[in-house]
Amino acid sequence: MPALVRHLLWALLALVLVVALSLVIDPFTNVRLASVGYYLLAVAGLTVLTGLTGQVSLGHGAFLFLGAYTVGLLVIHAPALPIWVDLLAAAAVSGIAGALTGAAAARLHGPYLAGATLALAVGLPAVTQRFPELLGGSNGLGFTVSSLPPGLVGVVPTTRWQAWVVWATALLALVVLANLTTGPLGRQMRAVRDDEVSAALAGVRVGRTKVLAFLISAVCGGLAGGLQAFLLGTAAPGSFTPALSLALLAAVVLGGTGSLWGALWGAVALVYLQAGAEEFAHGFDLPTDVANFLPQAVYGVVLIVVVLVLPNGVHGVLRKFSRRRKESTV
Amino acid sequence: MRILALGVVAVLLAGCGGAGESGDSAAGVRNETAGVTDTSVLIGTHQPLTGPAAPGYATISKGAQAVYSYVNDGGGIHGRKIDYRVEDDGYNPTRTVEVVKKLVLQDKVFALVGGLGTPTHSKVVDFLTAEGVPDVLVSSGALAWDDPQGSPMTFGFQVDYTREAKILGTHIAEAMPGRKVGVLHQNDDVGRDGMAGLDRVIKDAIVSRQPYDPANADVLPQLTALRQSGAEVVVCECVPAFTALAILTAARLGYKPQFVVSSIGADVTTLTGLLADFGKRAGAEVSVPALLSGMVGAGYLPDVDSDDPWTTLFKEIHAKYIPDVALTDTVVFGMAQAYTFAQALKEAGRDLTRSKLLAAFESGKLEGPGMTPFAFSGESHAGYTGAYVFTVDSEVRTNVVREPMVTDRGDGPVTPAPSSRKTPAEVALVG
Repeated sequence: MPALVRHLLWALLALVLVVALSLVIDPFTNVRLASVGYYLLAVAGLTVLTGLTGQVSLGHGAFLFLGAYTVGLLVIHAPALPIWVDLLAAAAVSGIAGALTGAAAARLHGPYLAGATLALAVGLPAVTQRFPELLGGSNGLGFTVSSLPPGLVGVVPTTRWQAWVVWATALLALVVLANLTTGPLGRQMRAVRDDEVSAALAGVRVGRTKVLAFLISAVCGGLAGGLQAFLLGTAAPGSFTPALSLALLAAVVLGGTGSLWGALWGAVALVYLQAGAEEFAHGFDLPTDVANFLPQAVYGVVLIVVVLVLPNGVHGVLRKFSRRRKESTV
Repeated sequence: MRILALGVVAVLLAGCGGAGESGDSAAGVRNETAGVTDTSVLIGTHQPLTGPAAPGYATISKGAQAVYSYVNDGGGIHGRKIDYRVEDDGYNPTRTVEVVKKLVLQDKVFALVGGLGTPTHSKVVDFLTAEGVPDVLVSSGALAWDDPQGSPMTFGFQVDYTREAKILGTHIAEAMPGRKVGVLHQNDDVGRDGMAGLDRVIKDAIVSRQPYDPANADVLPQLTALRQSGAEVVVCECVPAFTALAILTAARLGYKPQFVVSSIGADVTTLTGLLADFGKRAGAEVSVPALLSGMVGAGYLPDVDSDDPWTTLFKEIHAKYIPDVALTDTVVFGMAQAYTFAQALKEAGRDLTRSKLLAAFESGKLEGPGMTPFAFSGESHAGYTGAYVFTVDSEVRTNVVREPMVTDRGDGPVTPAPSSRKTPAEVALVG
């Protein structure tokens, strides 16, 4: 079976599962389900960049920022456009930004690259302060995205429909991502990651591969940001702090660097560790100073444990487990 | 093939309406009795318990909870205990949307009470309107909450930034005539609405306007620009952390303007803590009394240091329920807000519905702990209509220099507030 067909079938199966899940959970859990969807896309994009190509980005939140503001501005100023056009525009805008960043970043290594991308995460949201009339300053943008087809109004709850749209978009993007990374481009990326000199000697165009990786990764980030704006109806600088960029990178490590399956575990952890720790803290009525920092502390401890005990992330363990089972059946 | 592609495009265009076009959603109350049982009523709020706004505001919900505990121990309102659920949004609008959806869709709260912050709360007003959930006593002075047509579920609480700035501007014009005025303002509704009020009164005296971004804790450029403009009076439309930063930065520059601070940033107890804390972090011993002495501020709730009957009640509640939390104006804010909500519940009657709660607010019968009346009516959803002006003395005590004044958000005059207020005994909420 060709890879494309196989990936499409997987995606379709996943979508069926998501739709089935969305039917049995309450409206708010559907919001959480959709959040996992857009985080999955953002983490998957980052894992292609960092895991496959070996470029560390501490500024991926900036691409989510671009995507969210693109969707927000289009919804407000071009209300006649359907949401899928807005999302395409979000992907295009952050793709361009990603290519530009990539062109600059392809010359940088290690900490210098990390520093440059971090500057992006810190600096870009500050643009909203420069143009408060258009971008709403610290207040950001607030809007309502109506996308429910007229025939479904009153039949499907809004949040369930939103979860479907987010997951359908994310899965479609993942199919493209899976196809790219298992093909020749993926091999070139891994070659560049492992040894740039030998990759260049083998005929891989190192610079182009690196820029392309940034572009792909930024498109995923922009789409994720656009989906977040679609889901929550807001785009504000306070949501795209450097902490978001670091959390995304941590999710990559947690799930298993370079693996798209790992991105799923990372996204689930991102949404549910935070929520779980908060509910635990408030449920047990812990003192404020403890409760406030418990989510971060739990996240940090989980991350340390994973790095120490499971250096290949959650997915590394699952893969080892399934391989061993296959061998034992043989 | 081309025809097929065109067909797909046509279907996509037809199948999806514009993302920004709103349908004809009938605005109005839905699920009249959500969150209400015979013995309880569930309400929710979003507060910054962590993040950049937490240092000033994290204790508001403690004060509110204390009042609800006091009400519940007194038998509740019409036999119903108030179950108050606080969600932390970290002052991050994305999380505000998430937690408010959780409160409405999962917890099914009866009403949202005192959701805090302009950048945060402005993102959930449309959602609450569409879901038909009462959204009362918003903890922000933005003008946006007063829109009975567009957002009929939403009611303000504190005096709005425009009214307050008109009163502060009047004080400047009369007490400091002829002085050059500079403005340091937060780069959002706080600053915009505030400057609109100043412009109605002292537009010609303003020589410089400097915005700050709450995410950037360096205000040296702004203070330098204000000094260079020759401003002798600096009006600070700031949250507490930035009032403190502005005062410290001015001291560092050797710049000694007369600071005039809007109520959201003028809680003297909170400022004292912040100044000591920031000073310590910078490695310098600071004399808080020297820094704060002479500062002019605005307030609309009874002062913690006063012997107002409401302060007496709040001190009793504080001593009984939250003795570990310092009693600041911020805590009093939460207490006054909770008390006002409990009053509205009582006014709404025994057969509680969301419509009856909204009617109770619009009845204009609520007379709360504040120093000025509410504007609540069918035509206005604005909260308190005015403020008083105080100065800080060398022992960091506040002294009222201008008795409570009221005004409107437009071009109306600034006039003295009615002097008679209901006392807690007259309201007789519980017992």
